[in-house]
Amino acid sequence: MTPLSSRLQRYIPSGRSLVIGGPYLWLALFFLVPFLLVVKISFAEQQLGVPPYTELAQLQDGMVHINLQLGHYTFLLSDSLYFATYLSSLQMAAVSTLLCLLIGYPMAYYIARSNPATRNMLMMAVMLPFWTSFLIRVYAWIGILKNNGLLNQFLMWAHLVRTPLELYHTNTAVYIGMVYSYLPFLVMPLYAHLVKMDLSLLEAAYDLGARPWKVFCQITLPLSRNGIIAGCLLVFIPAVGEYVIPELLGGSDTLMIGRVMWDEFFNNADWPMASAVTCAMVLLLLVPMALFQHYQAKEFEQ
Amino acid sequence: MIKPNKKLQVGTLAVGFFFLYAPILSLIVYSFNDSQLVTIWSKVSLRWYYALAQDDELINAAWLSLKIGLLTAFASVAIGTWAGFVLARMGRFRGFTLYSAMINAPLVIPEVIQGISLLLLFVEMGKVLGWPAERGVFTIWIGHVMLCVSYVAIIVQSRIRELDTALEDAAMDLGATPLRVFFVITLPLISQALISGWLLSFTLSIDDLVLSAFLSGPGSTTLPLVVFSRVRLGLNPEMNALATIFIGLVTVGVIAANFFMQRAEARRAMPAS
Repeated sequence: MTPLSSRLQRYIPSGRSLVIGGPYLWLALFFLVPFLLVVKISFAEQQLGVPPYTELAQLQDGMVHINLQLGHYTFLLSDSLYFATYLSSLQMAAVSTLLCLLIGYPMAYYIARSNPATRNMLMMAVMLPFWTSFLIRVYAWIGILKNNGLLNQFLMWAHLVRTPLELYHTNTAVYIGMVYSYLPFLVMPLYAHLVKMDLSLLEAAYDLGARPWKVFCQITLPLSRNGIIAGCLLVFIPAVGEYVIPELLGGSDTLMIGRVMWDEFFNNADWPMASAVTCAMVLLLLVPMALFQHYQAKEFEQ
Repeated sequence: MIKPNKKLQVGTLAVGFFFLYAPILSLIVYSFNDSQLVTIWSKVSLRWYYALAQDDELINAAWLSLKIGLLTAFASVAIGTWAGFVLARMGRFRGFTLYSAMINAPLVIPEVIQGISLLLLFVEMGKVLGWPAERGVFTIWIGHVMLCVSYVAIIVQSRIRELDTALEDAAMDLGATPLRVFFVITLPLISQALISGWLLSFTLSIDDLVLSAFLSGPGSTTLPLVVFSRVRLGLNPEMNALATIFIGLVTVGVIAANFFMQRAEARRAMPAS
C-alpha cells in the first residue's frame, strides 16, 4: 500500500464504524439535537409570526446582535405557582409510584410463585390492558368516578354513602388513573426478577427455622431490589410529566408540570416559555433518569 | 418446593385483576346501553355502533392511524434492529454510554418533552432547509419511529445476547461476509423478537396521543387526537363502542400472538431433545 492510499484509508470509515454510525446518527439527529433546540429556544422571546419566537443571534447592519432572554428562567424560579407545580408533580408521581408498588409487588410475587402454565396466562392478563389504548383506559375511569358514575351508584345502592362522593375532577381521581395506567410497567420488571429467583435459598432459610415474614424481608426483598428500582423508575419518571391523566381526570386545581407546559404551548402559544418549562422538567428528572440508565446498563452487561 | 399461602395468593390476584379489568368490562357493558347518559342503564341496543359506522371524522382518522401505525412498525423494526445489534455486539465502543443513554431515555422520558423537542427540530429544519414545510403524516411518522426504535432495540439486544454465536462463527469460517451472516443467520434466529417489536411499535403508534398532538398539522388528525378532543368533554357513548371494538381486536391479537409464539417455542425445543 502506498503511503498516500494508507493515509486516505484513515478517512474512509471502516465497516464497523459505519455499522455503529448509522443508528448513532439517527439518535443524535432525532433525540439529542431536538433537545438542544429546546434549550436554545428557551432563551428566545415570544413573537407573533412563524415561527413564534425570536432569533438568538441576528445579523443587523453588519453586526451580530445576540439577544439572550433569561426572563423565562427567572420567572420560573420566582413565581410561586410554578414552584407549587414542581412540588405537586413530584408528589403526585411519588405517591402514585408507592401505590403502584403496594399493589404491584404482591401481584408480581404471587404470579411468579404460580405454576409455569398459569404464570404465562397471568402475565398475559397483566399485559393485555397495556396493549389496549391508554386513552381508552383513562376514559373508562370517567364513567366509574363521576358523581352519577358506577362507583357512586354502587356505594349508594349498598347504603355506604348517602350523597355521592366527589371523585371526578379531583387529585384522588388522578392517583387512581396513574396507578391503573402504570401498574403493568411495575409488575413486568418485578416479575422478571422474582421468577428467576433461586427458590432453594428460601427452602434453606425455612429449614433453618426462619419465619415466613423474615424470609421475605431478608431474602426475597433484597433479591428483587433491582426489579423494584427499575419498576419504580419506569412509573415515576413518565408520571412526573404526565399530561393526559390530569387533564381528563383531574380538576382545574390539579397542578402538574406536563399540563402547564402543554397550556403554555397550545393555549398561550408561548413556545419559549414552554421550552423553559421543559428544561425545568428535564432538570427535575435528571437524577432519576441517570439512575435508570445505570440500572439498564447493568442489565445490558449481564 | 415451597408453596405460598394459597388463600392469600388467590385473594391478592383476584383483587389485583379485578382492579385491572373492572374498568374495561364496564366500558364494554355500557357500550350496549341505549341511553345517551352512559352510566344510566336503559336497554340493550347497538345504537352507538351504528352511530360509529356513520362517523366519517372518526373513520378517516382511524384509517390515517392505521397507515401511520404500519409505516411506523416497519421503519422501527428496521432501525431498531440495527440499533439493538450495535448495542449487543459492538462491545464498548467510544461513545457507548451516550449511545445507550439515547436508547434508554425515550422509554421513560415524558412524552411532552419529546413532543416539543421534535416539533422544534422540524420547525428549525423547515426554516433552514425549507423542508418539511408543514407538519403532517411525515412528521408524526418520524416521531413515532423515534419512540418505537428504543423499544425494538431493547427487545432485539436482549434476544441477540441469548444467541449462541457458534452458527455465526461457522458461517464466517466458511467465508460468508459479515453482512451475509447477519441476514442469513442472525435475522432468522431473532425473528420472534422482530415480530414482538413490530407488534409493539404498531400498537404504540396507533395509541400515541401526545407526540401526534405536537407533530400533526392541518388534515393529519389521528384517531387518538379525535378521541381525546371528544372525551375531554366527558362521557360519550360512541367512544364506549369504539373502545369495545378496539379491546376486542387487541384481545384476539394478543392471544393469537401468544399462541403462535408458544407453538414456535415448543417446536424449537423439540429437535434438541
